[in-house]
Amino acid sequence: MSSGTIFDIKRYAINDGPGIRTAVFFKGCPLECWWCHNPEGQVSQPQLILRENRCKLSQACVEVCPQGAIVWDDRPITDWEKCDQCGKCAEVCYAGGREMVGRDVTADQVMAEVVRDVPFYDQSGGGVTFTGGEPMLQTEFLKETLLLCKEQHIHTAVDTSGQTSWENLHSIVPLVNLFLYDLKLMDESRHIKYTSVSNKLILKNLRKLVEAGAQIIVRIPLIPGINDDDENIKLCATTLARLPTLEGIEVMPYHEIGKAKYQSLGMKYKLENVQPPTEEQVFRVEEILSSQGIAVIKHQGRAL
Amino acid sequence: MSMRERVKELRKQSLEAVETLSPERAQLLTEFSSQDMELVSTPVHRALAFKYVMENKAVCISDGELIVGEKGVAPKMAPTFPELCCHTLDDLDVLNQREKTSFKVSEETRQYYEEKLIPFWKGKTMRELIFKEMTEEWKSAYKAGIFTEFMEQRSPGHTVLDGKIYKKGMVDFQAEIRASLARLDYLHDPQAYEKQEELRAMAIAAGAIVRHAERHAEMATALADKEQDEKRKKELIHISQVCRRVPAQAPRNFWEALQYYWFVHLGVTLELNTWDAFSPGRLDQHLLPFYQEGFKDGSLTREEAEELLECFWIKFNNQPAPPKVGVTAEESGTYTDFAQINLGGVREDGSDGVNEVTYLLLDVIEQMRLLQPSTSIQVSKKNPDRFIKRATEIIRTGFGQPSVFNADLIGQELMRMGKSVTDARGGGSSGCVEVGAFGKENYNLTGYFNLPKVLEITLHNGIDPRSGEQLGPATGDPRAFTSIEELYTAFEKQVNYFVEVKARGNNVIERLFARYMPCPFLSILVDDCIAKGKDYHDGGARYNTTYIQGVGLGTMTDALTSVSYHVYDQKTFSMGELIDSLDANYEGKEVLRLMLLNRTPKYGNDDDLADRVMQRIFEIYFKAVDGRRNTKGGEYHINLLPTTVHIYFGSVTGATPDGRMAQTPLSEGISPVQGADHKGPTAVIRSAAKMDHVRTGGTLLNQKFTPQVLNSEDGLDKLVQLIRTYFRLDGHHIQFNVVDAATLRQAQAHPEQYRSLIVRVAGYSDYFCDLSKTLQDEIITRTEHEAF
Repeated sequence: MSSGTIFDIKRYAINDGPGIRTAVFFKGCPLECWWCHNPEGQVSQPQLILRENRCKLSQACVEVCPQGAIVWDDRPITDWEKCDQCGKCAEVCYAGGREMVGRDVTADQVMAEVVRDVPFYDQSGGGVTFTGGEPMLQTEFLKETLLLCKEQHIHTAVDTSGQTSWENLHSIVPLVNLFLYDLKLMDESRHIKYTSVSNKLILKNLRKLVEAGAQIIVRIPLIPGINDDDENIKLCATTLARLPTLEGIEVMPYHEIGKAKYQSLGMKYKLENVQPPTEEQVFRVEEILSSQGIAVIKHQGRAL
Repeated sequence: MSMRERVKELRKQSLEAVETLSPERAQLLTEFSSQDMELVSTPVHRALAFKYVMENKAVCISDGELIVGEKGVAPKMAPTFPELCCHTLDDLDVLNQREKTSFKVSEETRQYYEEKLIPFWKGKTMRELIFKEMTEEWKSAYKAGIFTEFMEQRSPGHTVLDGKIYKKGMVDFQAEIRASLARLDYLHDPQAYEKQEELRAMAIAAGAIVRHAERHAEMATALADKEQDEKRKKELIHISQVCRRVPAQAPRNFWEALQYYWFVHLGVTLELNTWDAFSPGRLDQHLLPFYQEGFKDGSLTREEAEELLECFWIKFNNQPAPPKVGVTAEESGTYTDFAQINLGGVREDGSDGVNEVTYLLLDVIEQMRLLQPSTSIQVSKKNPDRFIKRATEIIRTGFGQPSVFNADLIGQELMRMGKSVTDARGGGSSGCVEVGAFGKENYNLTGYFNLPKVLEITLHNGIDPRSGEQLGPATGDPRAFTSIEELYTAFEKQVNYFVEVKARGNNVIERLFARYMPCPFLSILVDDCIAKGKDYHDGGARYNTTYIQGVGLGTMTDALTSVSYHVYDQKTFSMGELIDSLDANYEGKEVLRLMLLNRTPKYGNDDDLADRVMQRIFEIYFKAVDGRRNTKGGEYHINLLPTTVHIYFGSVTGATPDGRMAQTPLSEGISPVQGADHKGPTAVIRSAAKMDHVRTGGTLLNQKFTPQVLNSEDGLDKLVQLIRTYFRLDGHHIQFNVVDAATLRQAQAHPEQYRSLIVRVAGYSDYFCDLSKTLQDEIITRTEHEAF
């Protein structure tokens, strides 16, 4: 059995597919979106995260660090340049002020956690959602886990950026009940600027996925000043209007919840001075999409 | 929907009235008891005392009221019960001055107590008698905070009415009493005379309540004569007609039904200061025929029914719980008196009990937003989802009501405890979460039992480290234990020992109430007291249950999991090191404590290791209590709830092996330790559902959600499914706080701006600002489920 790297399993996930779900977060992503609210999902390897409000100022971390990356100045200060993510400081931090995010697990281990909420899935029409990061970066591991879900008749959803080979995507179609497919920007150069990759493959894969008969909800993160302009939204609308078999479109308003995590991971947040869209802004975008005859799954105070 | 002017005024009056100690009842009782009387039996004496109060207490009809009658001379005036517990001058000063749940005591009242009441009742109260009759072992354990005693200031009540008053007037009950008297067999039944006296007492009490209603009718007539406003004049005339009709005769319409219940409520709660006041129980089912009838003959509109119900609601809110002091105030530190109205469930024939009155009552609950009465939905698999959904819309507004119960499981619980199918279906939950067969059962909660304290004593070989006293048997020094099994064995012995100390006390106290404090009025209302000619306190009820309520299950589980995991399994440290750390309250042992807190399996995370420990503790407590015989022909059973006692019990309990510091709160109900659950509500539910709820008489699970989780229709639908799943897994009860910690901290800092903020405590809702600081902090630290 192969293993994969995940950074979280969250139960009672209520915003990523139908019913009450369990969300499995895969670690590693080919994109680097400026607004990403799960920055711990970007890098494939386990990494250190600081939870400074839990720090009990024990200095154990300073003493144990083999790189000398932590110095004491009334509290532990981490030099991220020197940190090699060995995790020794997290091991000795019983307060939980330092933790390694990301762990290697087998498909069986994931399933052991997923099956615990079967009564909730049964009751609510829920299931499991594989998200991340980008689950398609670990296609073999994903496939193995999906297969186990299918054996147990658990509804599966895969939340993907679409940035993967068609072979990969195609190989999981029979195992997936629902794709949650992200669409960010229609203009290629802007897409490259804000996500670090071209959208060509993403758009192509989306069309092919539709042709393959997959059930798909397209999700558009709405980032004011970046992709909420009429031009982009209208282009999205015309593109999506040509894909009539979609289950629907969801607009996911930008929020700032992920912002604080960047610093805790020693990463830089590039999206400064952007405010979450207002209800009106979201409504306006939903209107434009609806006017093209696209089924919009209404925004209900949902988070990105 | 805007509130009617009348209701707005009455509600405002109720909210603004200041809780005040009313000496009226005490005064009347003292007058009555000072009379030169011929010798009568105790039940008859009690009935005559009740009659004296009913005939002489002030009658109150407030402006604009449609449902009339107060316990005191005005709203929020709380009568006292000197025959049970005569407050000392110190008690009065504490009541008057304490920061939370105070009662105003006027100088006049204080003087009256000093000169008349205290000297008169000295040596004559149940409280004194109870403490006199308890063993030294009982007193030491009580003082150490191992258990509490519900009956030391209040009488057994803990019961709820069924549908009988909607079909029968007091004249009908009197006919039944006469028939029962006529059946007495003085030749063959050695108890015939006792039964005769009890039945005569009931007949007197029935007459007394009718007279009480008539006095309201007279006052309404007098007020009507003087009333200038034509509309109000008509209302007053109508009120006088209603009060002449009920409770003497069976009610004919919606208004009479509500007023009848209210007179009965006043009667029960003035006869004695029964725990959990009294409750109409399954109100939607009881009112349905009157509602439908009124619609059919055109005498009632939905608006009129709603207005009457709102007036009815305010009556409950006007009655603070009887003034409590000492441990009783610690274990139940609230003005709420726990009258819990049930909605939904199933009918006696097993069919879906949700009807149009259910939805009407839900509207009333939402509109009134009052602490009292408490309300609950009884969820059966037969009920429609929209019923739960409607309730979640109210829960979302964040005042903790209604709470949510599993009607199908409650039926099973009641049947396991010996009720017939029909009686079980007619039952429900009352107080916080406890179950009973409504109108047919005396199910008496007798006190809380501090499980973590017993563990502390076990870890010290029977000695309470707080006092150095040997409280329990010597079960061995755990430092020498070589396996967790030895600790379990010792703990089980200690639990059994203290349960026996408590049960011995209970069995004496039950007899004291049976002998000295019969309650003939309440006995009329509960089957089969009339048929048996026996008092409610003396086994007259069809079913008689004695509950002891276990507290601190989460703390207990995490504590024993810690020992099992770290001492015996991982061998992280020795038992000696652990006990030393506890004795030092973790002083200088921060690393060890953090390891206990953060590197140990915890209950509430669907972790089988921790949850198996919970199951074992449950079994130990269950075996110690369940099935013992009480003195009323019934049995002991368990339930798991705390009201506010987890704060008091925590304050007398040293550091525990789960990393909890000395004197801090215990976990509440069957909820996980505050902040220990971090896998979301489904994991909590899975953990809690591993307990065999069917063998309890009620368990209490609290969950806290941030408002964001429930801010959409979709969020509500998922909450409905969450509830359904917990109940599919045979959970008993769940309740929700929908508020974030930030708001609560703001309210702590600026109470003046948050006077109306209501939160769910444990089994009831309360004003956040009325809670002790420790309890406020405890609620803040409960895990908050967020959306992501």
